Amino acid sequence: MSLMTLSGLSVHRGASAVLDGIDLTVGPGEFVGLLGPNGAGKTTLLRAAMGLLPARGTASLAGLAPMARARRAAYLPQGREIAWPMPVGAVVALGRIAHGEGAAPRDRAATEAAMAALGLTAIRNRDATSLSGGEQARVLIARALAQETPLLIADEPIAGLDPAAAIRVMALFSDLARQGRGVVAALHDLGLAARHCTRLVVLNRGRIAADGPPETVLTPELMACVFGIRARVTDAPEGPFLQVLGCLDG
Amino acid sequence: MRLMAGLWLLVLPLCAASLLVGAVWLPPGAALTALFGRGDPLLVLVMQELRLPRAILGAAVGAALGLAGAAMQGYLRNPLAEPGLIGTSAMASLGAVLAIQTGLAAALPLALPGAALAGAGLSVVLVLAMAGPRGGALALILAGIAVSALAGALTSLVLNLSPNPFAANEIVFWMMGSLADRSMLHVQIALPVMAAGVLILWPLGRGLRALSLGEDVAASMGISLPRLRLRLALGTAALVGGATAVAGAIGFVGLVVPHLLRRAVGGDPGRLMAASALGGAAMVLAADIAVRLILPERDLKLGVLTALIGAPFFLHLILRLRRQMP
Repeated sequence: MSLMTLSGLSVHRGASAVLDGIDLTVGPGEFVGLLGPNGAGKTTLLRAAMGLLPARGTASLAGLAPMARARRAAYLPQGREIAWPMPVGAVVALGRIAHGEGAAPRDRAATEAAMAALGLTAIRNRDATSLSGGEQARVLIARALAQETPLLIADEPIAGLDPAAAIRVMALFSDLARQGRGVVAALHDLGLAARHCTRLVVLNRGRIAADGPPETVLTPELMACVFGIRARVTDAPEGPFLQVLGCLDG
Repeated sequence: MRLMAGLWLLVLPLCAASLLVGAVWLPPGAALTALFGRGDPLLVLVMQELRLPRAILGAAVGAALGLAGAAMQGYLRNPLAEPGLIGTSAMASLGAVLAIQTGLAAALPLALPGAALAGAGLSVVLVLAMAGPRGGALALILAGIAVSALAGALTSLVLNLSPNPFAANEIVFWMMGSLADRSMLHVQIALPVMAAGVLILWPLGRGLRALSLGEDVAASMGISLPRLRLRLALGTAALVGGATAVAGAIGFVGLVVPHLLRRAVGGDPGRLMAASALGGAAMVLAADIAVRLILPERDLKLGVLTALIGAPFFLHLILRLRRQMP
């Protein structure tokens, strides 16, 4: 059973293709790191997969009715927008809108569990807009978790987080995958991606350049060709270890 | 809940005060019996034909503007948005101005509010057509600005070419906004339109709450943004159109009231709609009582007073916003 299937997904802006024939299937238990340089099409892929922008080809989630989709997949966008001065607990509880938004015990339990997972219980009454960027990121991740969907799609969830917070988020996503959920996250930190993801998909100029387990995907050749860096992945006791040696000129 | 109870405790006495304040002071006991048709026939006439419609319209116009303002700010996720932003008030004004200029308003009592409502309806059609089926909030704002500018230019043109200085004078006074000398006929035409607006906007709380986290998140949580936008445009147009049709342009209520109450509802744009309806009713009732008390013999216009209070408040908002920016 797959949580999300894309086949021949293409997005055009004017005459040029931003995404060109993407085929991708994500199943339960997978933590997929979506990698690629700036402008590779990562955000476009995630939004098209969610049906948030018109695309050619098929995306299984995009074809669903809005409410059905909201119960299959939660989406965490790149921008961290919290428009109004709402308490942290209220922002997290917004994730329950997909389930009809009640004050039912199940809704409360989901909200509490999501806050506990992100360490927000102590600041539940604070105004979310007054928090630091890192804390806001955690609040918004908790909102997506409260939606309790089999699949979580996150666009650069650890951008702007300090190292400890970034590691905690990646570990949380790994745990979700171990519990049988699916996670697809666009990432820039190749090291953390190699360490935590079960599978990496590398996007380059709108096409999939590589897809597989971290150790087979992150070859020195691919990192040179796609990212323009000299780097290698070595085995360490804690897992794959990425060494970046420098960037290539031009 | 406490907030709503408090707001009701503000609105109800203001309604009563609005019934009691006027050109002549009436003792509350006699006024109350006259309101129900007993006692001195002259008093009954004053209460039922002058004071009652004025109080009803004050509360209704204020509630409409407050509710529409809260919905518009929630939809655009911008505290500086006001309900007339999508061109409704400018188009409703144009309709009314045309009715005055052509003499229809003088010939038929319902021509002016009718023309204003037609203008409001036309504004929705124009704005939605210009914004396109998939356009988001930005497309709606830009279309609204274009429609407002066009309606403003046409209103100026009518004034410019007006051969009749009396009509021009009447237009200028009408545009200042007032609740003086309104009848039950005005109540009958405005209330159903506004009630429709309330019914259209009421279910939007959930969608507006979801929109607090941006359009993509709201859509991913199952909110249909095109349907939300359609309801918002129709609902605010009904409320603002209805209000403008009977009271002229009453500025700043829809901007200021949601602001004052936002923190009290914990930022929740859904709860803010109901609170702002009551807050708006209180503000317009209070302002309409004030214009009767401050300069009773000079017919101070309601819209002038709300703008005089609202503009400095707006400035205060901008300054506060600037301090929050890095």
